[in-house]
Amino acid sequence: MSVIVLVEHTEGNIKKKSLEAVQYAAGIAQKTGTTVSAVVLGTLADSEMESLGQYGAQKVLHVADARLDELHARAYTSALLTAAQKEGSKIIIALHDINGRAVAPRLSAKLKAGLVAGALSYPDLDKGFVIKKAVFSGKAFAFVDITSDLKVITLMPNTFQLNKGEGKATIEKLDVNFGDKDFGVKVKEVNKIKGEIPLADAQLVVSGGRGMKGPENWGLIEDLAKELGAGTACSRPVADAHWRPHHEHVGQTGGTVRPNLYIAVGISGAIQHLAGVNGSKTIVVINKDPEAPFFKAANYGVVGDALEILPRLTEAVKKLKAKS
Amino acid sequence: MKILVCISQVPDTSTKIVLKDNNTAINNQGVTYVINPYDEWYALVRALELKEAGIASDIHLITVGKADTEPVIRKALALGGDEAIRIDADSHDPYETANYIAEYAKTAGYDLILCGKESIDYNNGAVGAMLAELLDTDYIGFATDIQVDGNTATVKREIEGGEETDTCSLPIVIACQKGVAEARIPNMRGIMAARTRPLKVVAPAAVGSVTEILSYELPPAKAGIKMVSPDNMDELVELLHAEAKVI
Ligand SMILES: Cc1cc2nc3c(=O)[nH]c(=O)nc-3n(C[C@H](O)[C@H](O)[C@H](O)COP(=O)(O)OP(=O)(O)OC[C@H]3O[C@@H](n4cnc5c(N)ncnc54)[C@H](O)[C@@H]3O)c2cc1C
Ligand SMILES: Nc1ncnc2c1ncn2[C@@H]1O[C@H](COP(=O)(O)O)[C@@H](O)[C@H]1O
Repeated sequence: MSVIVLVEHTEGNIKKKSLEAVQYAAGIAQKTGTTVSAVVLGTLADSEMESLGQYGAQKVLHVADARLDELHARAYTSALLTAAQKEGSKIIIALHDINGRAVAPRLSAKLKAGLVAGALSYPDLDKGFVIKKAVFSGKAFAFVDITSDLKVITLMPNTFQLNKGEGKATIEKLDVNFGDKDFGVKVKEVNKIKGEIPLADAQLVVSGGRGMKGPENWGLIEDLAKELGAGTACSRPVADAHWRPHHEHVGQTGGTVRPNLYIAVGISGAIQHLAGVNGSKTIVVINKDPEAPFFKAANYGVVGDALEILPRLTEAVKKLKAKS
Repeated sequence: MKILVCISQVPDTSTKIVLKDNNTAINNQGVTYVINPYDEWYALVRALELKEAGIASDIHLITVGKADTEPVIRKALALGGDEAIRIDADSHDPYETANYIAEYAKTAGYDLILCGKESIDYNNGAVGAMLAELLDTDYIGFATDIQVDGNTATVKREIEGGEETDTCSLPIVIACQKGVAEARIPNMRGIMAARTRPLKVVAPAAVGSVTEILSYELPPAKAGIKMVSPDNMDELVELLHAEAKVI
């Protein structure tokens, strides 16, 4: 009956957002009177898996097949199905990220289980199994009741604060009968941009718009981002003009970010741009036009020339870091 | 090669959302509907390019929606496509939508099914992978480039902090995003031709419902902005550190 949660790891470490997912699973397990079985796929040290106990997992089901170090959505699906069957689980949790979004819908279709994609709350059990999620790109929220017996949830990363507790999960090996179809997609080439913080998971983001005037000024954005340990993003016209790579484009038709801090520099704040950033906890807007619509969505505002303000801001961050 | 493109109708990107009926529904009065940008700009256009390159033979467009979605599917046909199918159902649940499309697709035998990364109304990003499961095929999401050679698709897709190139044999379902194609604007000839292209209406298969939206809520207004002098970035940093606690 335990709650199943898929755990992602990279370079030997469990991803922070997967700790959030395990903690979320533990919260649901507590509400429904059961325990958490975390599913780890691929190569990972026992000590790392045991540490999931600190976030509420009683058990880790480990499929130690090195092919699973890379995403193979069908193999991941098979592994989770095997785990759920073994445990008699009714609730399966993954993250609302690239991997989770390849796997969770498959589980939902296979198990005839209702899916909430991008959960922002624990289920409200008084009203059924009701979970809050963003709709219309953050312009509204919906309260979705999963009415099927089996339930699949993808949790939005960076939604809940982590609370580390005590505990050590026990590790069980899980055998899965993989078929050829499970590895039908062949990975030919992987290109990771060195040192880059994946934007979707960034806690801090510095983003530039047309007000930055041209690509030659982006050093100012990068300096600030580097000082903060932030990811960099941009508005759509900036990517369209090839001032910045396409994957940095955020908004309705680009990527979505939900950082703790979003610093928007020289961006007007069009509704399509806001749609990709309105999940940010704190928004700082730097714009020379006091009437820029972005100020309405901001927590802190600075009116002035970005090219002059950015170096000062970077200096101020440096000073803070030197103090602490 | 036969391609099926999944087309979803969504409110225009500039729509302000207004609730009605005690917050249990979206007020669609005055809302303009468009083709979901990912479906139009990337999935549909890439399908058309593959046909123009002589790789694809037939392109079918499918939408799950009631009669009021027909103008939007006609708009899609004006860009191109040989025929359109409308499954006559109102669905906001990806499980239902995917099952309706899968039931139809099973009878038609498509080699490639293209959909968008996500629909910008309910933001699930789920229909594509569900379709793949229901049709027992592979699925690649977040695609940024799609090439087809014989029975093999070569697909670039976004991964965390980079990009990966995959190959897979057909049939396959691929969810498209920026990079896959360049957006096009329909021309007069296309608009005229679209009127004569077949638009088939199909009754939905019996699919049980697994979720229900009970109510909606609008985000709370921001509590008010604090302005900081451009000459005092130390103050801004202090606020972010001590007040907002984000750095
Ligand atoms: C269907 C559709 C989808 C779209 N999707 C997206 C999307 O996903 N993402 C997106 O971003 N946009 C999207 N857009 C475009 C969007 O409507 C805006 O046009 C765009 O966001 C504007 O980008 P910007 O703010 O960088 O540029 P502008 O609107 O030109 O704004 C530049 C800002 O910089 C300020 N500025 C100028 N000089 C300085 C200076 N020296 N210092 C400080 N500030 C300065 C100006 O006051 C202005 O506010 C979409 C549009 C449509 C129609
Ligand atoms: N009602 C629908 N009719 C046809 N295709 C749809 C429909 N809803 C979603 N899709 C397709 O599935 C993709 C992902 O949608 P979603 O899972 O709703 O975010 C969309 O980009 C469309 O290609």
